Amino acid sequence: MRTLVVAGNGPVGHRLVESLREKDLTGEWRVAVFAEESRPAYDRVALTSYVDTWDPVALQLDGATYDGDDLVDLHLGDPVVSIDREARQVLTRGGACVDYDALVLATGSYPFVPPVPGHDLPGCHVYRTIEDLDAIRASVRAAAEKAGQGRRAALVVGGGLLGLEAAKALRDMGLSPHVVELAPRLMPLQVDDGGGGLLRMLIERLDVTVHPGTGTQSIEADRGRLLAKLGNGTELDVDLVVFSAGVRPRDELARTAGLAVGQRGGVAVGTDCVTSDPDIYAIGECACVDGTVYGLVAPGNAMAEVVADRLLGGQATFASGDTSTKLKLLGVDVASFGDAHASTEGALEVVFNDAVAGTYKKLVVSDDAKTLLGGVLVGDAAQYPLLRPLVGRDLPGDPAAMIAPSGGAAAVGIGALPDEAQVCSCNAVTKGAINGAITEGCTDVPGLKACTKAGTTCGSCVPMLKQLLSAAGVEQSNALCEHFPQKRAELFEILRSTGIHTFSELVSRYGTGSGCDICKPAVASMLASLGNGHVLDGEQAALQDTNDHFLANIQRNGTYSVVPRIPGGEITPEKLMVIAQVAQDFGLYTKITGGQRIDLFGATVDQLPEIWRRLVDAGFESGHAYGKALRTVKSCVGDTWCRYGVQDSVRLAIELELRYRGLRAPHKIKSAVSGCARECAEARSKDFGVIATEHGWNLYVGGNGGFTPRHAELFVSDVTTEELFRYIDRFLMFYVRTADRLQRTAAWVESLDGGIDHLRAVIVDDSLGICEDLDAAMAKHVESYADEWAGVLDDPAKLARFTSFVNAPGTPDPTISFREERGQPVPLGMPTAVTR
Amino acid sequence: MTALEVWTPVCALTALIPGRGVAALLAHGEQVAIFLTADGTVHALSNVDPFSGAAVLSRGLVGDLGGVPVVASPMHKQHFDLTTGSCVDDPAVSVAVYPVRIEDGTILVGGP
Repeated sequence: MRTLVVAGNGPVGHRLVESLREKDLTGEWRVAVFAEESRPAYDRVALTSYVDTWDPVALQLDGATYDGDDLVDLHLGDPVVSIDREARQVLTRGGACVDYDALVLATGSYPFVPPVPGHDLPGCHVYRTIEDLDAIRASVRAAAEKAGQGRRAALVVGGGLLGLEAAKALRDMGLSPHVVELAPRLMPLQVDDGGGGLLRMLIERLDVTVHPGTGTQSIEADRGRLLAKLGNGTELDVDLVVFSAGVRPRDELARTAGLAVGQRGGVAVGTDCVTSDPDIYAIGECACVDGTVYGLVAPGNAMAEVVADRLLGGQATFASGDTSTKLKLLGVDVASFGDAHASTEGALEVVFNDAVAGTYKKLVVSDDAKTLLGGVLVGDAAQYPLLRPLVGRDLPGDPAAMIAPSGGAAAVGIGALPDEAQVCSCNAVTKGAINGAITEGCTDVPGLKACTKAGTTCGSCVPMLKQLLSAAGVEQSNALCEHFPQKRAELFEILRSTGIHTFSELVSRYGTGSGCDICKPAVASMLASLGNGHVLDGEQAALQDTNDHFLANIQRNGTYSVVPRIPGGEITPEKLMVIAQVAQDFGLYTKITGGQRIDLFGATVDQLPEIWRRLVDAGFESGHAYGKALRTVKSCVGDTWCRYGVQDSVRLAIELELRYRGLRAPHKIKSAVSGCARECAEARSKDFGVIATEHGWNLYVGGNGGFTPRHAELFVSDVTTEELFRYIDRFLMFYVRTADRLQRTAAWVESLDGGIDHLRAVIVDDSLGICEDLDAAMAKHVESYADEWAGVLDDPAKLARFTSFVNAPGTPDPTISFREERGQPVPLGMPTAVTR
Repeated sequence: MTALEVWTPVCALTALIPGRGVAALLAHGEQVAIFLTADGTVHALSNVDPFSGAAVLSRGLVGDLGGVPVVASPMHKQHFDLTTGSCVDDPAVSVAVYPVRIEDGTILVGGP
C-alpha cells in the first residue's frame, strides 16, 4: 500500500480525497490529510451563509470527517510545515514526520491585504475562514455595546465578488456597509461597465454605499471607532474594516522546497497538475496551471479529479478553467460566463439594458453571430443555466431574441443543449450523464443529486435538473391524494369561487370515493381558513384529525395535552396561579414549551371540557397548539426593561398573536419578535420573524426549526408597524391560499417561481393585483375570530363528544395509568402488540 | 363467533356521525371502536392501536383507500380495513373485528 499525503483540507483537498476513495476500489492508497484549520472541510463558497446560523457544522462538507474510513487519517490543526523531497517526507507543525509516495499541495490561498497605513488596527479583518467571521462578529458586538446612537457602519475594501459577499454579511449583522473599489465598477473581473453600473444602482438601493474608482489611503483609530480616508477625499467613520481585495496563492511550502512557481505566484503545474517534482501535485487556488491561477472552486474540483485519476494510473488532464460565476448578492442576481469582456478577436456584443426593470443582459458572440462566446447578466440571471453550457457552441437562434425582454426564455430551451454540455459546472456533470441517471431510475432532484453530484455545490443548476426530469416525462403528481386529482391550491380556489362549504359536496363534484385521512383534514383546514364557523360545526366535525376534533394534542398513551394561549409569553402571576391550580387539581404533568407557553399533559377526553371551563372562566383561550394554525408569537422583553432594546417587542408580539390567532393554514405557523439585533427571541427561526431596528422593524420570512432547520430571509427592512402588519397579512393569506398541504413557509417560498423576490413583488408591489383581496380576507379573519374552546363549552352537542365511552360516560379509560417521575405524573408503559 | 353469543348494546345509531367513531366498553374491559361510514354501514374493531398500544382507534379518521373502507390510527396513521381488521400498510398486523347488529335503532356489538 502506498501513502498519499494531502497538505490542505479546503473544499478542493476534500474533493480529491473523496474522489480517490471512491475510485480506489482495491485500497491502493492510504491517505493522510494535514489541515491547518481545526475543523473538518467546510464550504467556503457558502461562507456568507454562516451569518445566518453561526453554526459551523451547517457549512461542513458531506463526508468531511471521513468517519468509518480506515484508509483516511485526518489531522486537524496540524499543517505541513516543510517538505524533504529527497527523503519523500513531510514535517508537520505538531512534529510528525510522514513518508509519502505522492504528495498533493492543496493549501489554497490567503487574503491579500493592501499595505494601507492602519491595516492592522484592531477592528480590521479579512474574509476567508469561519474564524474570520467569528472575529468580525465579535467586532460588531463590541461596537454595539459602545454608547451612542446611530447605525453602525463598516468599510469593505474591494468590490469584487468576495467584497460584495462581505457587504451582505455585514448588512445582515445590522451594519451599513461602504464598499470601496479601485476599478471604476463593482465586480470588475466578471461584469462590464454597463452591468457594473446597474449592479451599483441595485445594490445602493439596499443600504450599501459604493465608492468606485478610488482606493483606501489610510485607516486611523478615532474615538473608539475607525476613520478611513479614501483617495477621493471622502472620510468615513466606521466600526470595522473588512479587506477583500483578492487572494494570493499559498505557495510557500513549494518555494522553500525548491519547486517551480508561477511568475505571479502559485505552484507551477501542467495540465496533469504535476509540479516540477513528479511525486508532487498541486491543485486548487495554490496551483498555477500553465501560467494561470484560478480563484474559483469549479476549476479546483476539476484539478482534484485529474489527480485522483492519475494516482490510480489514469491519464486525465485539466481541460480548461471555467470561470463562469452566478451568484445572488443582496438579492441581486449576477452572472458572468465565458468571454464576458469580448476579448476574442472580432467578437460582437448584443446588449439589453433595462434600467426600469433593473436588468442588464449581454451576450458575446463570434463575428458571424453564430457561436456564443460569453455573457453578463445582472438583475435577472434566470437564463444563466441554459446559456452557460452553450458557450463555444452554435447558438440555437438569433442572439438578440435569446435575451430580449419578452420571449427570451422560450428561445433557449433545455432541448437546445447537446448531451456533452455541462449542466453542473461545479461538478462537471453533463446533460448526458443526468439523462442517463434519469433513464436508470432517478425520479427526483434529491435522487439526481445523490446519483450524479449535480446540483450539490452551488445549486444554480437545480432548475435545470427539474426541467430535465420533466423533459424525460418524469412528472411529480400534484394530486392531493387518491380522492382528489387537484393540488391543495386548486381546491382552495374551487372552494373560494364556488362557495362549497361541505366536504361531501366537494368530493362528489370534484373528487372520487369517500375521502381519507389526507384530504379530509386538508379540506377541513381550507374550510376553516375561508371562515366556515366553528371547526366542529356539522359535517366539519367528521373531517378533523383527532387533535382538531378534541382541540388538544394526543400523546403516546391516548391522553391529551392542553396549551392555553399566552400571547407574547406575557402572563400575570394570577393567571399563572390558575394554570398551577388546574394542573394540580387534574393531576397534569406540566412543562414550559419552546414557544413561551405552558403545556399540561395527561388529560383524558372527559377531562378536557372541565379543564377548559376553569381556564376560559379565568380569561384563557385556546392556544391552537393542536392545529395547523398560528401557534405563538414569542418575544424577548424589549425596550420596556432591556437596556439594549430599541423597540417594544412584547407589545408587538401580543398584537401579532391576537391578530392572527386561530388562522388555519397548510401547516403550523410560528413567529417571534426581537427588540434589537441581538435577536434573543430567535425570530429568524420562525415562519415570520420581526427584529426591531432603530428606525422600525425588519421582517424575515420562511424560517423554521424542526427536521430541516431554515433561517428566515430578510423580506423588508425598517418598516413601520402599520406596514409590517400589512405585509404579514398578505404573506400569511397568500401562503394559506397557495401552499401545498403540510408545506411550511420555507418550502413554500422556495417552491415559488422566483422565490422570495417573486413573493416581494406580489406582496409589496402588488404584481398580481391581489393585495386588496388578501387584505380583505385577513380583515375578515381578524373580525370573525372566536375562541374555539368557548364555542365548545357553550354547545351541549359538541360537549357530548368528549366522552371516553359512548356506553359508559364518566368511566375513565382503564388502559391509562401513570407513574411518578421527578414529582410529576408520566404515562406508564403500555402493552404493545407490534414492535416497530 | 363461538356458540356463546353475547351482544352488548352500546348506543343509538343516531349517536354516530358518518365518518367518525366512538368507543365502547365491553363486559371484560375490552374496548371496541364503532364507526359509521358514509354508506350507512356500521363497523366495530378493537379500539387498541396495535402499533402504539393506546386505545385510540375510535378517534381515527374514516375514509377509503382504493374503495376499501379504512380507519387511520390517530397515533401514526396506519390504516386498518374496517371489514377485516387487517392493516393495509403492514398486512402482518391486524386488529380484532366485532360483529354488529342494529335492533330498533340500537347498535349491538357481539363478543366472545
